[in-house]
Amino acid sequence: MSNKSKAIEIHALNKWYGSYQALKDINLTVDHGERIVVCGPSGSGKSTLIRCVNSLEVHDSGQIIVDEIEMKDDESIHEIRSEVGMVFQQFNLFPHLTILQNLTLGPIKARGMSKVDAEERAMRYLERVRIPDQAHKKPSELSGGQQQRVAIARSLCMEPKIMLFDEPTSALDPEMISEVLDVIVDLAEDGMTMICVTHEMGFARRAADRMIFMDHGEIIETGKPEEFFEAPKSERCRKFLSQILQH
Amino acid sequence: MTLKTSIALACILFVAGCSAAPGAWGWYVIDPRTTSGYNNIRFLLNGFGATILLSLIAASLSMVIGLLVALPGMSSNRWLRYPSRIYIEFIRAIPLLPMLFWVFYGLPVVLKSIGISVSIDAFWGAIITLAISDSAFTAEIYRAGIQSINKGQTEAAKTVGLNYAQTMRYVVMPQAIKRILPPLANQFIYIVKMSAFASVIGMQELTRRANELVVTEYRPLEIYSLLILEYLVLVLIISFFVRWLERKMGSDESK
Ligand SMILES: Nc1ncnc2c1ncn2[C@@H]1O[C@H](COP(=O)(O)OP(=O)(O)OP(=O)(O)O)[C@@H](O)[C@H]1O
Ligand SMILES: [Mg+2]
Repeated sequence: MSNKSKAIEIHALNKWYGSYQALKDINLTVDHGERIVVCGPSGSGKSTLIRCVNSLEVHDSGQIIVDEIEMKDDESIHEIRSEVGMVFQQFNLFPHLTILQNLTLGPIKARGMSKVDAEERAMRYLERVRIPDQAHKKPSELSGGQQQRVAIARSLCMEPKIMLFDEPTSALDPEMISEVLDVIVDLAEDGMTMICVTHEMGFARRAADRMIFMDHGEIIETGKPEEFFEAPKSERCRKFLSQILQH
Repeated sequence: MTLKTSIALACILFVAGCSAAPGAWGWYVIDPRTTSGYNNIRFLLNGFGATILLSLIAASLSMVIGLLVALPGMSSNRWLRYPSRIYIEFIRAIPLLPMLFWVFYGLPVVLKSIGISVSIDAFWGAIITLAISDSAFTAEIYRAGIQSINKGQTEAAKTVGLNYAQTMRYVVMPQAIKRILPPLANQFIYIVKMSAFASVIGMQELTRRANELVVTEYRPLEIYSLLILEYLVLVLIISFFVRWLERKMGSDESK
């Protein structure tokens, strides 16, 4: 692949919910291997933006290109989804399946992998998120932090090129946040392309190549973490950061 | 009225009826100790087979049609959603008896006019009517069950590459089934009761047999009492099964 190609290209993206415009003229390109952290006040459109990238939300106008595949029909959406993994705030594990089955469902049913291969791969990723011993339990028997790590492993089992995280630690008790963030930092260090919506600024400093601040459906400010935290350009961003960093 | 007094009353009525004095009760028509009474009972009980078979086939068809109606009804595409909505509203609005007449007497004419020449007998006429009429309700049961599953589940399924059919089969349905099966089994009780209407187009099930016996024996009270008892036993058995199913599904959920 040429060096010019981008992991994600978003041009003039607009999204409405009824008469409410949730995304306004979003332009964003993400390089391969780039780690982006998105922050901003509640309702600013962070989730909507990353959910547009794998078409969980359908955008109204603009262009989305993921790994040189332009999102237009069902087929391209299917292709894009196979390149993009997603981790949700609420984990969304399949409660009726064991951890191992959660991890192998996609590889077996969507990719046609054999059960043996899929389970072998699943165990590899469970080791990577440091919970191989929980493989045969149901999600409800695990702690929140463990469930979220399973969710990450479930995504990784599809071997995506890009990972999206939507506030992966917001539903967790404080003592479990770091175990999940450590796994994500690990991934980042391995060169995974990722967009992470989070308010964990310590994590952002550690892992992000670029920060994005959103408000009212717009990208207000973007920059390298050092500049972003030390000298935010816009008033809104400065105010937001001072509120976030207070606790 | 308490259960005890009603049982006592029923016993008094029965004993009083056993004396065959003219103008009084006439339980003799279904007295198993006499040959004619025994034959009458056998004649009536033989209707169970048809009633049960009718109900089972109609309920199975209704479950299939209901699912086929419910799934497009939850689509985000209005051209799939509207036909499903219209079907449900339309079918729910038609009383069973007129629909039965229409299917039995009218449908063959409609089919013939478009070149399909089939005769619909009472058995299949009743099954088609019961299944279609009930499918509007089963469709709503499926919809409620499926929509009770968190949207995050289908989203997660999409992100691991599952298509619509796979998402339904491996993620949504296994979870929704707990909410769907008990009301579906409950709905079976309605089909059993509604199957009595099949008697008017000549289907030889429980009610039809009772009617025929009344015509020859002139003992409506006794015969219809037994008829009600027959349905009561049948429905109580199903209810028992529904309870068991509800308990089983409920305890699974709390696990
Ligand atoms: N399905 C929907 N229907 C209507 N409005 C919606 C829907 N989803 C989101 N919105 C609106 O769009 C706006 C952006 O929502 P979004 O979830 O992207 O915000 P967010 O930045 O992720 O916020 P949070 O930090 O609370 O998660 C909000 O005002 C929200 O109310
Ligand atoms: Mg959000």
